[in-house]
Amino acid sequence: MNTRQQTKLIYSWYGKPLSSDRKLRTSQYKGIFITSESTKTETCIQLGDFILVEGVNADQPYVAQLMDLYEDGAQHKRAVVQWFCRLEEIPQNKRKLLKREISAQEVFFDQILGYDTDIAAETIIKSIMVLPLHLGEELPVITLNKEQTFYVKQSWDGKCFKVLSPDTFSKLKEANKKRGVITNTSKAFVPSDILTPVKKETDSVLRSATKPKNVDMEIESKHSASKSSLAKERHSQRVAKNDIKTPTARKKLELSSPTRSKGRLLGSEVLGLLDDDCDAIAPLKTSATKRKVKFTSDTSGSPPKIPCSNDKAKSTSETAEHHQRFSDTIRLSPYTRVKDFSGKDKNLHEKDDVLSSVGYQKPSSQSPVLTPRSRRACAQKTSALIAEQISLLESHGKLAAEEDFLSGSDSSYSSSSEEEEDDDDVPCTPEKKTKSSRVFSTPKSSRKSAVHTPVKTVKKTPSQGTPRTPRNATPEIPRRIQAAQEPASVLEEARLRLHVSAIPESLPCREEEFQDIYNFVESKLIDGTGGCMYISGVPGTGKTATVHEVIRCLQRAAENDELPPFQFVEINGMKLTDPHQAYVQILEFLTGQKVTATHAAVLLAKLFSTPGPKRKTTVLIVDELDLLWTRKQNVMYNLFDWPTQKHSKLIILAIANTMDLPERIMMNRVASRLGLTRMSFQPYTYKQLQQIISSRLKGVKAFEEDAVQLVSRKVAALSGDARRCLDICRRATEICEFAGEKRTPEIVRMAHVIEAIDEMFSSPYANAIRNASLHEQIFLKAILAEFRRAGVEEATVQQIYHHHVALCRMEGLQSPTVSEIMAICSRLGACRLLLVEASNKYLHMRVRLNLGQDDVMYALREE
Amino acid sequence: RHSHLLELLKRTTVHGESNSALIIGPRGSGKTALLNHVLEDLREMNQVRENLLEVHLNGKNPFLSGLLQTNDKVALKEITRQLQLENVVGDKVFGSFAENLAFLLEALRRGNRTSSCPVLFVLDEFDLFVHHKNQSLLYNLFDISQSAQTPVTVIGLTCRQDILELLEKRVKSRFSHRQIYLMNSFDFKEYIKIFKKQLSLPAEFPDEAFAQKWNNNVQHLSEDKTVRDVLQKLFQHTKDLRSLHLLLMLAVSAVTTHHPLPTAADLQEASRQHSSDSRANIVHGLSVLEICLIIAMKHLNEVYDGEPFNFQMVYNGESNARASQTLHRSLPSNYPFSLPPTVTEFQKFIQRKAHSMYNFEKPVVMKAFEHLLQLELVKPLERPSARAQREYLLMKLLLDSSQIMEALQVYPNCPTDVKQWAASSLSWL
Repeated sequence: MNTRQQTKLIYSWYGKPLSSDRKLRTSQYKGIFITSESTKTETCIQLGDFILVEGVNADQPYVAQLMDLYEDGAQHKRAVVQWFCRLEEIPQNKRKLLKREISAQEVFFDQILGYDTDIAAETIIKSIMVLPLHLGEELPVITLNKEQTFYVKQSWDGKCFKVLSPDTFSKLKEANKKRGVITNTSKAFVPSDILTPVKKETDSVLRSATKPKNVDMEIESKHSASKSSLAKERHSQRVAKNDIKTPTARKKLELSSPTRSKGRLLGSEVLGLLDDDCDAIAPLKTSATKRKVKFTSDTSGSPPKIPCSNDKAKSTSETAEHHQRFSDTIRLSPYTRVKDFSGKDKNLHEKDDVLSSVGYQKPSSQSPVLTPRSRRACAQKTSALIAEQISLLESHGKLAAEEDFLSGSDSSYSSSSEEEEDDDDVPCTPEKKTKSSRVFSTPKSSRKSAVHTPVKTVKKTPSQGTPRTPRNATPEIPRRIQAAQEPASVLEEARLRLHVSAIPESLPCREEEFQDIYNFVESKLIDGTGGCMYISGVPGTGKTATVHEVIRCLQRAAENDELPPFQFVEINGMKLTDPHQAYVQILEFLTGQKVTATHAAVLLAKLFSTPGPKRKTTVLIVDELDLLWTRKQNVMYNLFDWPTQKHSKLIILAIANTMDLPERIMMNRVASRLGLTRMSFQPYTYKQLQQIISSRLKGVKAFEEDAVQLVSRKVAALSGDARRCLDICRRATEICEFAGEKRTPEIVRMAHVIEAIDEMFSSPYANAIRNASLHEQIFLKAILAEFRRAGVEEATVQQIYHHHVALCRMEGLQSPTVSEIMAICSRLGACRLLLVEASNKYLHMRVRLNLGQDDVMYALREE
Repeated sequence: RHSHLLELLKRTTVHGESNSALIIGPRGSGKTALLNHVLEDLREMNQVRENLLEVHLNGKNPFLSGLLQTNDKVALKEITRQLQLENVVGDKVFGSFAENLAFLLEALRRGNRTSSCPVLFVLDEFDLFVHHKNQSLLYNLFDISQSAQTPVTVIGLTCRQDILELLEKRVKSRFSHRQIYLMNSFDFKEYIKIFKKQLSLPAEFPDEAFAQKWNNNVQHLSEDKTVRDVLQKLFQHTKDLRSLHLLLMLAVSAVTTHHPLPTAADLQEASRQHSSDSRANIVHGLSVLEICLIIAMKHLNEVYDGEPFNFQMVYNGESNARASQTLHRSLPSNYPFSLPPTVTEFQKFIQRKAHSMYNFEKPVVMKAFEHLLQLELVKPLERPSARAQREYLLMKLLLDSSQIMEALQVYPNCPTDVKQWAASSLSWL
């Protein structure tokens, strides 16, 4: 999948334009070639094929069906697709609607209208398989290339899941059939191969002179192994699997390739016809396997290593009838492909063989070419097993042959489907295994099938790692044992409502700002473009609350389909440990990936700069923007650069305290990208504060009107911080409650509010000085005296000490020792009444007052 | 104040209301004691006990000895540990600080007012958290306490009166401005009461007769004139109760089986020990030569009004001119006047008193000088560098003249002429 990143791909049209529109200057095509420059391989994708499209997450490309291909006026290659959506794309909260486990291979027929179905053809990665299934069905065997095959059972329209309508189902099925045809015709497209089929074939046979032996030995070993212990089988199986990767193994596969085409048919056909009669499948399958057997006996000719090759040949002829019969029935059916197959039986053998040898000659072919084959290889492998089984059966007795044979293949099919099940839910493999073995009539064949399952499970369990604790365990604070009490009195109710955390239904006094931000984001959403907005204001003016309210409203609108859906990401500079962590958080919000900061920056840049077809608009809130400042400012630069990109679909709402932040700390290029859309939240006036409090207290009579006004006037004069205002009111209710326990006034009056305000805004210094000990006070006096003498607001302890001693003498007190003076000095320093130097200078330590001289005098005089 | 705090915490636990508060008071004013007391009261209430999770940062916890969480990263780890969230973390290794923060925030964000267990964060030495980078820990804690997440109460303990000015404006806005000031506002009568209470034996003491006797003695002591004087003196110096404890410890440690009850004299002795000057004590232990050097330095200090000096000035073995030269070289150029002959104090004294003392070699005097340096009675102005000669390093005397005179008074076997020389300052010339 990463090939696209490494090699340059060239996209070119396949064939002539089907039709063209003069007016729009568009022309439609029926297929597209993807040519890789480095490996010189090309794949053809045609209308109706299923494709992977590059997505947000590099590991998870989108699944789609190609509906239309055209070239627009500007010579850009475009494609129209029908989307499928993966489970990951469905919101977490909707997933539980499914009420069942979903495998990674299952996709949903996407009926969400919001997505752009018109994409650039260059984003197509490769073709894949999407097979429709009925709801109750199990997913069939997927052997090797899990990424290549998907299954669709239900459709998803953004709100609920529906079973595929028969119409779409048949359409999808047909698309699969068609795909079979197309791939074959595309093979026929390579002319040289067809021209010299015989020669090539002999060539290949010659080259693969030793191959049959290989195969036979393989089978032989497996056969013998089946008699021995299970573990051994497993081992040999693994060996066999390993062999696949080696060239000889590949040759082996090619040798038996006639089944390959059939095998693929199996893949698509069998699965497609699952609902059909079982009998109809069985012959098909056997015929396929027979074909293979016949082939091996043909090419290998004499090698008598297989104990019952004669029997086999016989069985071949027998099953050939079956096959013939089946193909007859098939002929009636609309699948012309099958007919074609069975008709040119021998021909196909040759052709396929040739093709495979051609394929072999190009071992460097890229994954799109490679993958189908390996898949086939697997299908073929199972068929090889079946064939062996058949041969064994036949050697036992011809009489029961046909019946057993049918049932055997039948059961082998069911076993394969059960294997599929095993793949799906690994933990319960042992049970399944026994079950599958019970199905089989003969013990040997059962063991055979068992060969498959253990290997699978052994391979799978460690990779999935289910027994371990899930990686993304969400931490949680323990639940409380007793429920929280509900407020009992009016005051408690009022206090609850006055808490800053309480979310009001509306935000009074911020209607205008709300509307501005809402309009901004809404217009960008509708246009599908990006943009920045800078919001400033002193703390506690409702910036973050307003923005969140806007997002809430927009989300509601999006849910009601009034707006296109969007993603909402929030980062807070204060909650990041490092500005670069912003990238990591954004990426994690968007795609769920966890990567390092530098990598995240690269991924995000790619994400926002390339045209993503199925991407929603992202609304990003950057709170406490000033903390994202770095020396080179690259975090800010990137953040504000992305929205200016053409395809970014990113809306940024940046929040900070200072109005002139862009001018003050940002470089010109950053500030210019931020743009001029700015909004500043003015501090609340006292009327607004009053309104805020009364709106929160609506329906609760807890405050006197004047008391509210006093609070709001006081706060408005100081900072206009709504938080402060609410805190004072809350404190006032407490004071009221505390004072009112005797007479129960139950309403907050002026006196309470004044007390609360005094408590919060009183300067602590005077009180601290008044409560200091006598010598501490004398020390402060000595400081004042020294300051007055020297005329400098700084003195050493030694100087102050002399004054102190003099003052003590005047008061008739015993003068303290130097150690005591030092202790006094450090105590006052700890309270920060004084600012003192480090104490290792002892007597030469310099001392300053941390408050005005007048304040000290005032505090001292009052005594 | 007690009821205020109790009320606050009760509301957090019972109603799930988030709060933040600061307890501010000078050292030894009982901030931690208040908090512990309140928490004990809270734990006695059934409903609360099961519901409250506590996180103590910096102190309090028996395993922590204060000032431990030096940065946010360590603090976060500690919070995680105390909240016992490690079991959720499992084998996941916390690579970075960022992950850790995100993890904890996520944990706290999940809760809501009515269902989550309230968490109490106690930040001891709150002022040190203020110096953490960006104050992000405080911001996050206060932000949680101001939003509809897990109910959280943040209590900070600090002795700094100017703590609010240290908070960043965003952090400050999120803090509820609930401050509880603790002051030692008692007067001397209450101080005596505290003294009695501290010293008397509790009722549950096993030997009742002895307890009776002891308590009577304490009562007598509190009425004794000398004891009152001692206490008065301490009270005037500091209202910190810890120093009272220290004084009483000294007095009580004199108690033996033969001397079962503390007396006023014990207390007086303790007070003397308690208030003695540490530097003067050091001077007691010096040799006569070192004392002479100190006296010479004291005279220099008086003559030059505390300007720095060097060894060569103190010990002028060769000539006045030489000394003045060196001084000129080593002092800043703005030194106001040329050196008078008084720089040779020590030398003159030694010459005159040659009959009573040995005439010391210069290296010996240098050695004595360096000893003073090591005792930190003398302190160089700048760090000694390899380049500068030790004789010419500028020094300052870290003793006050009163300390020197006091030390000389009690110095055993001090030669009279040394005493005379110390007492006579400029007049001696």
